Amino acid sequence: MKKDGKKRIWSEYQKEIADDHFFYVRSCIRQSFFPGSEQFFLHFMRNVLGKDVFENPSHTTCTGIGYHSDIVPFSTIMTVIARHFALMKESGYKNIAISCVTSFGIYTEIIETWKHFPEELEKTRDYLYKATGREFDIPENMAHTSDIIYKFRNEIAAKAKNLLINRKTGEPLKVVEHIGCHYSKMFPKYGVGGAEFPNVLSGMVEAWGGEVVDYPERRHCCGFGFRQYLVQANRGYSLSNTAKKFESMRPFKPDMVITNCPGCNMFMDKWQYTMREMEGTVYGENGESVPVLTYEELAGLVMGYNPWDLGLQYHMVQSEPLLRKMGIEFDENDKFRTKDGRQMPVPENLINV
Amino acid sequence: MENYYDELMRDVRFEEGLNACMNCGVCTAICPAAEFYKYDPRKIVDTVQGKDDHEIESLLKSDTIWYCGECMSCKTRCPRGNTPGLVVMSLRSLSQKLGFFTESEKGRQQFAIKRTVGENIFKYGYCVAAYAVSPEMHKEQGPIWKYILDHTNDVYERLGGKVNELGAGPLRKIPEDAREELKKIFEVTGGTEFFNSIEKHSKAKAAELGLEYKKQGIDNEYFIEVFTTNNNEHTT
Repeated sequence: MKKDGKKRIWSEYQKEIADDHFFYVRSCIRQSFFPGSEQFFLHFMRNVLGKDVFENPSHTTCTGIGYHSDIVPFSTIMTVIARHFALMKESGYKNIAISCVTSFGIYTEIIETWKHFPEELEKTRDYLYKATGREFDIPENMAHTSDIIYKFRNEIAAKAKNLLINRKTGEPLKVVEHIGCHYSKMFPKYGVGGAEFPNVLSGMVEAWGGEVVDYPERRHCCGFGFRQYLVQANRGYSLSNTAKKFESMRPFKPDMVITNCPGCNMFMDKWQYTMREMEGTVYGENGESVPVLTYEELAGLVMGYNPWDLGLQYHMVQSEPLLRKMGIEFDENDKFRTKDGRQMPVPENLINV
Repeated sequence: MENYYDELMRDVRFEEGLNACMNCGVCTAICPAAEFYKYDPRKIVDTVQGKDDHEIESLLKSDTIWYCGECMSCKTRCPRGNTPGLVVMSLRSLSQKLGFFTESEKGRQQFAIKRTVGENIFKYGYCVAAYAVSPEMHKEQGPIWKYILDHTNDVYERLGGKVNELGAGPLRKIPEDAREELKKIFEVTGGTEFFNSIEKHSKAKAAELGLEYKKQGIDNEYFIEVFTTNNNEHTT
């Protein structure tokens, strides 16, 4: 086989991911619903790999949820993003690490717009200078934080304490991976594996011993739909699309779902609760629902972090069935304790308890 | 009547999103909205490329343009390089600029989004923040969400949170000068004017419908109406 030809054919699906010195931008949704995930990422990068990851407290929302629910004009969000780039420049960084798929999609859309319409870039420079007196450079390297975990997936595998293997049967765990539409459907070249062969999560799953589930609706949207969830009257859209995915994956008996996007994670977790309440439907085995984890939460479990420091107890669908399959020992009494060890009340009516 | 097509062409997303549609319908086949709503993105693109102002105005006043979830799955699949999702986004922007959005049930909902997500941007510096997602308005978040909000500081502290504190960290307080810069960006780029347009037309619609409208907040009849009303005629 001629390897050079193969490399060339697949070159469009490769992504260059920076190795160090990241300007880190948080996600509104990830930090609100899965703050332990961002905490793991920073801890792993800084303390395990010894990388430089900088966070500027003046970084704000990217306004992406407003943009995709059509209340924020394009010129406005381009200038908000330009301000983020200005903060990055002022902090001395050239590589950006983005913790949210919606934000990531917006960064890709804006950078591509500036390439196709250079006058929009000039207009944005003027707007930002007029509004804030700041100037910016476009990042040299742009990664979603999952790209970075993907890059270091083998380092995680080398330090693994818990592989994605059923300890009782010795079989690999069956993992559904959900990429999130805005990661690479819009601008495939920015994603690992593009839109057709996205490998960012499946690469992690395989490196950590699991088996990726290929099911018919694997690339279907989680159902967020922005305004279709934000407005109560529209939430049937969101719920129905999540149901479509879970119906499609059910025959494959997944042990867990891993997500790229914090919004998708929230919906695939919370809508399982809703479907169970509305119709009594569950999508896991033995009357259980399917735990839905972020890639950081899964990486943390693989590396042997305490599940309750990762925040798994703050999902609606509890992860104990998965922890037992992986053979992870956990302290039930530590689950709802504060940082300094004080016992908190135990919440009621959670799923899989 | 205005020349709506030319107006749409001023939006670079429209220019980028519409090349020439051959009506193959792949966008509709892949579309999550078309799965459940009476919705066909192919027809929208075909109507718009027909450049008939009367037809485009009907679209701008309809529920139809508000069914899309902006997942952009259509962008990947169109064999002609169109993006129906971008065409829809430019139609929605124009509908709000011209005040046509209040003519449809789904369009009127923009007021609810402006009063929630839009206000969050200025108030907190976030589109979404834990303390702005009330369990009463989000029952699907389940009992864990109410628990998290009832024990906010304890829950987030263990997970590295810095709730409402200045400095780096999740859920940190966005400094006032950063929020001021956001406001200035909105003023300079037309974002504030766009918000004002949503307010102005919504206020007029509330008066027409005989519903109470307040200058701020979500505690008014018009907000509740647009946030919750569903005539159940949208689905297939």
